[in-house]
Amino acid sequence: MSTQSPPITTEVEIVSVAEQAPIDRPDVPIPLRKISADEILSVVGALLGSFCLVWVLFDYVLPFGGGLGFIVSWYFAFLALYAGITGLSHPRPVVIDRVMGAVFIGMGLLVGFVLVTVVVYTTLQGRDVLPHWNFFTQPASAGSLRGPYNKGGISNIIMGSLIQVSIAVGISFPLGIGTAVFMTEVGGAFSRVVRTVVEAMTALPDLLAGLFVYAVLILKFHGHRNGFAVSVALAVTMTPIVARSAEVALRVVPGGLREAGQALGASNWQTVRRIVLPTATPGLVTALILSIARGIGESAPLLIVSGFTTFANYNPVDGQPMNSLPLYIFECLKSGEPREIARGFAAAVVLLFIVFFLFAITRFLARQKVTTR
Amino acid sequence: MQAAQPTSDFDVPALAPDFGPEVLHPKGAHLDAVAVSAWFGTNKVLERVSLSMSPGTVTALIGPSGCGKSTFLRILNRMHEMVPIAKLAGQVRLDGKDIYAPGQRLTETRKRIGMVFQKPNPFPTMSIGENVTAGLKLTGVRLGKSDRDALIERSLSRAGLWTEVKDRLGNAGGALSGGQQQRLCIARSLAVDPDVLLMDEPCSALDPTSTFRVEQTIAELRSEVTVVIVTHNMQQAARVSQQCAFFLAAQGTPGGIVEAGPTTKIFSAPEDPRTEDYVNGRFG
Amino acid sequence: MAGSAESGISPDQPITIRATLPWADRVFRRGVSGVAGLVLALFGSIGLFLAYQSIPTFNRYGLSFLTRANWDPELDKVGISSTLLGTFEVAVIALMIAFPVALGTALFISEYSPARIRSLLISLVDLMAAVPSVIYGAWGFFLLMPHAKLVSRWISLYLGWIPIFRVNGDPSSATWAQSRFVNSAFIAGICVSLMIIPIACSVMRGVFAQAPLGEREAAYALGSTRWGMVHTVVLPFGRGGIIGGTMLGLGRALGETIAVLFIISLNFNINFRILQSGFSTISALIANDFGESTKPQLAALFTAGLVLFIITLAVNTGAAVLIGRSRSGAATEI
Repeated sequence: MSTQSPPITTEVEIVSVAEQAPIDRPDVPIPLRKISADEILSVVGALLGSFCLVWVLFDYVLPFGGGLGFIVSWYFAFLALYAGITGLSHPRPVVIDRVMGAVFIGMGLLVGFVLVTVVVYTTLQGRDVLPHWNFFTQPASAGSLRGPYNKGGISNIIMGSLIQVSIAVGISFPLGIGTAVFMTEVGGAFSRVVRTVVEAMTALPDLLAGLFVYAVLILKFHGHRNGFAVSVALAVTMTPIVARSAEVALRVVPGGLREAGQALGASNWQTVRRIVLPTATPGLVTALILSIARGIGESAPLLIVSGFTTFANYNPVDGQPMNSLPLYIFECLKSGEPREIARGFAAAVVLLFIVFFLFAITRFLARQKVTTR
Repeated sequence: MQAAQPTSDFDVPALAPDFGPEVLHPKGAHLDAVAVSAWFGTNKVLERVSLSMSPGTVTALIGPSGCGKSTFLRILNRMHEMVPIAKLAGQVRLDGKDIYAPGQRLTETRKRIGMVFQKPNPFPTMSIGENVTAGLKLTGVRLGKSDRDALIERSLSRAGLWTEVKDRLGNAGGALSGGQQQRLCIARSLAVDPDVLLMDEPCSALDPTSTFRVEQTIAELRSEVTVVIVTHNMQQAARVSQQCAFFLAAQGTPGGIVEAGPTTKIFSAPEDPRTEDYVNGRFG
Repeated sequence: MAGSAESGISPDQPITIRATLPWADRVFRRGVSGVAGLVLALFGSIGLFLAYQSIPTFNRYGLSFLTRANWDPELDKVGISSTLLGTFEVAVIALMIAFPVALGTALFISEYSPARIRSLLISLVDLMAAVPSVIYGAWGFFLLMPHAKLVSRWISLYLGWIPIFRVNGDPSSATWAQSRFVNSAFIAGICVSLMIIPIACSVMRGVFAQAPLGEREAAYALGSTRWGMVHTVVLPFGRGGIIGGTMLGLGRALGETIAVLFIISLNFNINFRILQSGFSTISALIANDFGESTKPQLAALFTAGLVLFIITLAVNTGAAVLIGRSRSGAATEI
């Protein structure tokens, strides 16, 4: 290569390998995302400083009373102080960045705090009732308004909820899945109309479903306020939810799979039955469970079509009302009787537990799907 | 030696005046990577890479896919650590100062070392003019109207886009053609006045005409900033760069530099047979 | 033409492709179309039935149904203007609380939280959406109201010069009238906001997560801070989702029944003082009066339901249009 010296490029100084390369240095990763002492200290300092400031000023300037006001004032004082401390050594964008970060984290904590208080408060209020096993085995009619906790329970109420939701699922699931299949697999202009209406109905106030069922079943066909009327009302609120989440589940099935099926000569129906529905099963099950969770906690339509009773009635279609968890909880809590209120909270714990349990199943299913992929 | 003389394959000479190597008083900064290693999780992707990039020089990083060129480039302005599982060792010195040293401000580093990406990514909600000054807005620099207009004109001119867009600075940046968008992104990077400009395959999403314009732009920029460019296109590397580093990762091992040196030497008389095979298109 | 005649090729016109569907497909297509049509008819008839039941009301009261404030079926004087006002007061208060909190929480989850716990946080928000509203109502009535009335008093004490924050009586007196500060639209609004925060939050977060990586990196490469990136890339990209999620929340807030029913003590005065006890909303009115209603009263309640139906339908249609029109909506298509 000696004969051809490179042209003028020699003017550019090129050091291809840094000469002072520290070969003896061990090849270990440097800490990249370590939070610097400055960041930690400015947060801690601002927290402490604002705490003291609010401690001193609280009684004089901000007579909120109560711990809630103190925490709110502390948080705002913290933001101000934090901005000030950061501003001493950092340019404006960094100050804004850190304050916004603190604001968003504060929002997240607030929401988490609310969720925790909802669960904890409900459980605490119901804690005297829950240890009594009869609460789960006896019907509500066995106890009395001011009677002791060891008499009466909610067995008929839970059964009522289960019967009503089962019937509602029986109605809403075929309708919802069928609509979803129509929207994804058949398509066309009509499906756009259907989708628009379904989307609008998802947000329909649940109370109106109760009014509708009352107008149709009770006013028009002279039915009764019974379990079946409740089931139909629940089905009206659940169907659009099922349809929308099932549509999402079906849409996730890759179009390539459908084309592959059709290219093999399978009919539209065969493709849906053998390929699309099996692939979408985890999503469809999740849709089902979430709609059950939604339905079992639904309360507004019950105020219209259910009718309140403490007596056990497991026949949804006779002339008698059938009670369910949300309505029972509402009536207990509004009764003004301490023992009845405690029972209402205990029933609320049961309802929360059912909803959380259903929710946990959907998470479990979602995780299964991820691991098998 | 005749076999190692394939320059005729690369049809460059027509561009000679613009792409000439001579820069008398180059601006820009020295960028030195010293024994840089990188990991994604436990998977090591770069093994002790050292390379010096000088002002007035365009350095091309070449090599087959998956050899760590882009990772190396992203390490140079601390974009590597955006990936949550990414780790690295070694030093990157900007004018002698390690950008990974404790106390170095991340945002300051990225401001001094600009980056242009493979896919043009102008901010779609901003106008052309706003895109150019986006970096200043993001880093909290305030400018008066006349300064701002001057900066927009200067940056767009340096990126070779001024004459094409000067009458429609208020239009959306996303409405430009692909090549124009990429030059808008270059202008956006230049507006914060960086010392180094990193380019990650800037022309791979562009048509030949746009590629030509971007290459022209790079040649004009050479005297003002230190340019480092990753490219899969051998001809492009030969056309635009004065220094060239050939990266390679053997099956299952981390990537590294096989050979680095003046571009003419890498293309005409490489020392390593693997380099010769690659620049002659025998693999990769 | 001559050429085509020679070679026997038909002229260059599109032919009609007619595929004969197998019978199973015909049944399948008719079947699901039928189901979809049934669902459509079902939902369409909700509006029709409400309208049908409302005819007697409009015949009897005419437009005064919308303008009259008091609801006195015994005196044959029925109107919902105060109720409409209350409905919007509660919804707007709920939205003013829920919007910043939902937006902040969505940004926290998608941009600021550690990636390890992100999916857990998403689950928690979804869980919060699944908590039955009767439980939020109980929380609001038993736990929130005693605290919130102190906040109400503080606001009326220092901001009472703004008319909507004024409360009858003197809030600074030693024995302040606590009963004036409970059962207010403000407290109901807080309670309802809890229910719409998770809904709005999950819509917003879903859109933020789709903000393109290329633009995010572009912002960072220019030396941006995280907030700078969020401000220039994520928020503009997510604007449709922010508006859509908020409107969805508004729709829910307008129709929320049971949580409001816990807080409310029905009162049909035109009450702009949001901190003061006494207001009504359409859904609470219907739920409260439905049990013991006579026939003409029922018709009036159905008419109130029709008004609520029309309002929520308008809000939700608006939300759908906004989400669909924004750039963020386009990215959700897989």
